Amino acid sequence: MRAADRAARNQQQVDEATRRKNAAKQARDLLERKSDSMPVVASPDGPRQIRVVDAELVDPSPTGGVVEVFQQRYLLRLIVGRQLAQQYAASVLGLLWSYIQPALRFGVYFFVFGVILKTHQGVPNFALRLFTAMVFVHYFTETWNGGTRSIWQNSSLVLKMRVPREIFPVAAMFVSVYHTGPQVLLLLVICAIVGWHFSLAAVGAGLLGLAILVTFSMAMALFFSALNVLYRDFQNIVQTIMQFIHFLVPMMYSYSVVNDLGKSHPILYQVYMADPLAEAVLLMQKVFWAPTVSDQSLLKPMFPSNLISRGLITLGVCVVLLYLSQKFFSRLESKFPENL
Amino acid sequence: MVESLVVDHVTKDFTLHYHRTLKQIAVATARGLPLKEQFQAVNDVSFTVEQGESVGLMGLNGSGKSTLLKLINGVMTPDHGTVRTRGRIAGLIATGAGFQPQMTGRDNLFLNGAILGMTETELKNKFDAIVDFADIGKFLDTPVSHYSSGMFARLGFSIAIHVDADIFLADEVLAVGDRPFKKKCLAKMQEIRQQGTTIFYVSHAAASVRAMCDRVLVLEAGRLNFDGPVDDGIRYLQYDDEDGDDPAFEGLMDAELGADI
Repeated sequence: MRAADRAARNQQQVDEATRRKNAAKQARDLLERKSDSMPVVASPDGPRQIRVVDAELVDPSPTGGVVEVFQQRYLLRLIVGRQLAQQYAASVLGLLWSYIQPALRFGVYFFVFGVILKTHQGVPNFALRLFTAMVFVHYFTETWNGGTRSIWQNSSLVLKMRVPREIFPVAAMFVSVYHTGPQVLLLLVICAIVGWHFSLAAVGAGLLGLAILVTFSMAMALFFSALNVLYRDFQNIVQTIMQFIHFLVPMMYSYSVVNDLGKSHPILYQVYMADPLAEAVLLMQKVFWAPTVSDQSLLKPMFPSNLISRGLITLGVCVVLLYLSQKFFSRLESKFPENL
Repeated sequence: MVESLVVDHVTKDFTLHYHRTLKQIAVATARGLPLKEQFQAVNDVSFTVEQGESVGLMGLNGSGKSTLLKLINGVMTPDHGTVRTRGRIAGLIATGAGFQPQMTGRDNLFLNGAILGMTETELKNKFDAIVDFADIGKFLDTPVSHYSSGMFARLGFSIAIHVDADIFLADEVLAVGDRPFKKKCLAKMQEIRQQGTTIFYVSHAAASVRAMCDRVLVLEAGRLNFDGPVDDGIRYLQYDDEDGDDPAFEGLMDAELGADI
């Protein structure tokens, strides 16, 4: 046994020695080949200055998360610009594409649901109601979809430059703001024409809806952007959900239909209403569409009676979701380089 | 002296996934092939660099130099151990990384500068100096996809060197440029070295390292096996045994043969 042990140890030493020998040979070759690869520049004369660095020893990798992203607004702006340049490279219609698609979709929904299925009956200003919902659903889908792909798409930056990685999902959100901004303007103009009037309650509902949309879309973008690095399947999953997400919010049909469903299927109703997007859409309709309706008695069946309290709870849940997504993102972040 | 950089027992593992799709995984499992493999790129490395020191990082290809640089730069985080740095880091881990091909040199310059931590005013003040140094002339407003690799490298280096950094990292990527440009870069690096910036220089060129650095680290298969004066480091890297007439090695071979007999 002892002899075998000794032999094994000897073998190990021989392996180590061989490795060293090979490494030495490689090193000599490399030195010979590369010895001239960089020129020699002598250091300038004079004493070396002492540089006083007024900073603490810190971890070089960014750890501030989404908060840090918003501290670097200049960089964020440039990254959003980069994203837009990437999106519209070599496209003739460019930015127009972001309007053609929603416009077509609006046309189809209006025709199929409003005209053929006649869901507009009993709903005054049906088109405005539909458009309101579509604008904000579009904001959500684009943030989620763009955010999910963002890390993967910017792998060259993620791999080689030190930036807070959350900047890419956040930038995706701003790209989508850039696209939905003009649509919101259009919406405001239409509202003004149709006869919108100010009420504090409506604006409050709007702010609540906006807060839900921003936190929820950001949470989803962060969570899925990290997951998508590990498994590229998630961008397809998100894409699939995109296909039917429009049908799962009360925009082509009114809330009263959903409410009726609740009487026979209470669980389904709860699931449907638990979707923050459905809640946000209802809140947005409360701001933009509801004030334009002159006959207020028609509005009663269009919103749940506990809309605002539901909204507040949803917002709370979304904030928690955002926090958890950030935690999840930070945890997965160190695995990004080897998976990209 | 003030510590500029403290690397403490740093280890970085990579997990190599051989099979990504469900089908590949199924096939590999059926054949008994490994699904993934752990690979240690940097293994328990510790060292400290004082402010103003310039350190050469040497080692064979694949010895973990780039990974170590990325850990220092903060692009990667270590699995074990800690990296601590003081002040602003600018580096050339890869020149022109993050250049967006469809964007012009000008736009990329601003983007890259901002990523390296420059503020808007700083960038505007240094814009002319950067363009001047990069020497890309009329191509400034051309999309960078039309650039030659040399121009790419020049612009990237020029941006990085103009960051008022406390720690400057330079990888071998400099090698892309032509000789006059390399010379210009190294002169510029000597200049910032003179100003007391900590320098981390990765190169295989011994003479160049000798001129630039006060100290050499040699990495071998992820381990830091040498840390000391430049000349000793270069001698260490050559292992000083010309044709395998290493007595210890010969002795072992004999012992091995003897054991077999």
